Amino acid sequence: MADTVFYAMYDDDDVLKDGAKKLVSKGVKVSEVFSPFPIHGIDPIIGVKNTRLGIMAFLYGLTGLMVATIGMNFFMIQDWPMNIGGKPSFSYLENFLAFVPISFEFTVLCAAHGMAITYLLRNKTIPGVKADNPDPRTTDDRFVMELRMSENSKFSADELEGLLKSTGIVELDQKELN
Amino acid sequence: MEFQVSNKAKLVTTVLMLVGVLFAGIGVVLAMGEGGHLGQKFWANFLVNSFFYFAIGISALFFLALQYATEAGWFVAVKRVIEAIAGSLPHMMGLMLIVLLTLSFMSGGHVYMWMDSDVMLNKDSHHYDELAAGKYAYLNLTFFWIRTIVYFVVYYLFLKGFQKRSLEQDNNPSEAVNIHFLNYRRGALFLVFFAVFSSTSAWDWIMSIDVHWFSTLFGWYIFAGAWCSAMVVMVLMTLYLKKLGYLPKVNDSHIHDLGKWTFATSFLWSYMWFSQYMLIWYANIPEETTYYIMRIENYKLVYFGMFFINFVFPMLILMSRDAKRNAGILTVVGLIILVGHWLDVWVMVMGGSMGPTASFGPMELGLGLLFLGFFTRVILVNLTKASLTPKHDPFLEESLHHEI
Repeated sequence: MADTVFYAMYDDDDVLKDGAKKLVSKGVKVSEVFSPFPIHGIDPIIGVKNTRLGIMAFLYGLTGLMVATIGMNFFMIQDWPMNIGGKPSFSYLENFLAFVPISFEFTVLCAAHGMAITYLLRNKTIPGVKADNPDPRTTDDRFVMELRMSENSKFSADELEGLLKSTGIVELDQKELN
Repeated sequence: MEFQVSNKAKLVTTVLMLVGVLFAGIGVVLAMGEGGHLGQKFWANFLVNSFFYFAIGISALFFLALQYATEAGWFVAVKRVIEAIAGSLPHMMGLMLIVLLTLSFMSGGHVYMWMDSDVMLNKDSHHYDELAAGKYAYLNLTFFWIRTIVYFVVYYLFLKGFQKRSLEQDNNPSEAVNIHFLNYRRGALFLVFFAVFSSTSAWDWIMSIDVHWFSTLFGWYIFAGAWCSAMVVMVLMTLYLKKLGYLPKVNDSHIHDLGKWTFATSFLWSYMWFSQYMLIWYANIPEETTYYIMRIENYKLVYFGMFFINFVFPMLILMSRDAKRNAGILTVVGLIILVGHWLDVWVMVMGGSMGPTASFGPMELGLGLLFLGFFTRVILVNLTKASLTPKHDPFLEESLHHEI
């Protein structure tokens, strides 16, 4: 579907934030903001939902805990019971304390890696994927706000352009996407 | 805004204290006579409570110093609550002095075995204990009192300094920034003293009850538990004041931060508990395992129960962001783990002093309620002494706009 996209560039994150506030209050939908660093407080302004990464972290951690428990129970109790420091491994529960540090480490390992990989996948920034930011300068010192015509059907292109120009932009770019 | 202790709060704390005295009285009567261990039971319980609330006060002072030393901004909106809790220190020090002095004059009163000169010095006595006597260079009354007085004097001077400068800042806008930097330096200095004293005072007052036993991380274990309890008290007081409409500038983010501290310190405590337990369990050396054998044989349910409460409750319930912003959940979890940490101190003291003869009865309940009522009342009265929102603190603006 063909769509017209506006890329409004700012050279200050606070100006962008004020601009976004102004646009949103007029009913404009800001679809995305590209920035070299996280802009504190931009999420609620442009209506980004709270991240669910925390829930995923919990689930990854739970997976790690389960895998560690099943693994250690098999290695140390079922398959090859060992006698370490006068504590024979015939029961997982009686030697539970010895397994806690490993369970903890594996929980953290799985939670951390799971979170990192999820984050990269969600942002489409895994190695080899082409970057989808509109301008390479957004990785340096510029901030770009993206508006889509399809999401702002009640405004004409000229109206959007006028609104954007009143927010202190330094550059305005317009693209036709297919 | 000036805080006034409401009549309801006065009534509740007075009733708590009266009920406490009543139950403690019943406990004293029940413990009279042969085999009741009246003196030991009473003073051991007194020590549990005075130490528990003293430790909350000193942890609040530590937390204040930590915020100053790290130049944190967010806490300024709840600074007066922290100061009020730390302000209970002089009272709690007085109660600590009462119990420590009494036990010193009672040759330890079967709580501190090493205070008995028969145990430590008299080789002919059948009470003589060679293992305890080996620690005489550190565990003797003179050195013990020198240390105790040094702790109290240092804590008291820092507390008064922080309180004085905090009020000065309110009245003297032109000096506010200088006062802030002085607080910054004093906070860092306090942390240096506290790093040593928190450990050694825990050895002196609590670990020396189990005179044969030692654990190098015991001080941090006590400190972590006390810090967690102090965070709970801060959350509860802030929520209480907010509910009454006294802290309009304290927003969800401040509550969230206090909740995070509660969550984090619960983990710190659990980590210490586990580290101490696992190493001793694994090494299985008789002189180290005595502590746990006593507690597992006589206090199994309380000892493991309170670990379960203090670890699992905050972990599972306070994990989500919404829970840490919910006053109801924070209050319920906070109260439960406050009881859990009280039980922690109770088992520490009772396991070493009363051993198998300890029980939970009217005296335990009574003294617990009496001290709770007194402690709450002291904090509430402290809160009336200054405006609840500090003025002219350089970080006040930042704190008022705190958003996470």
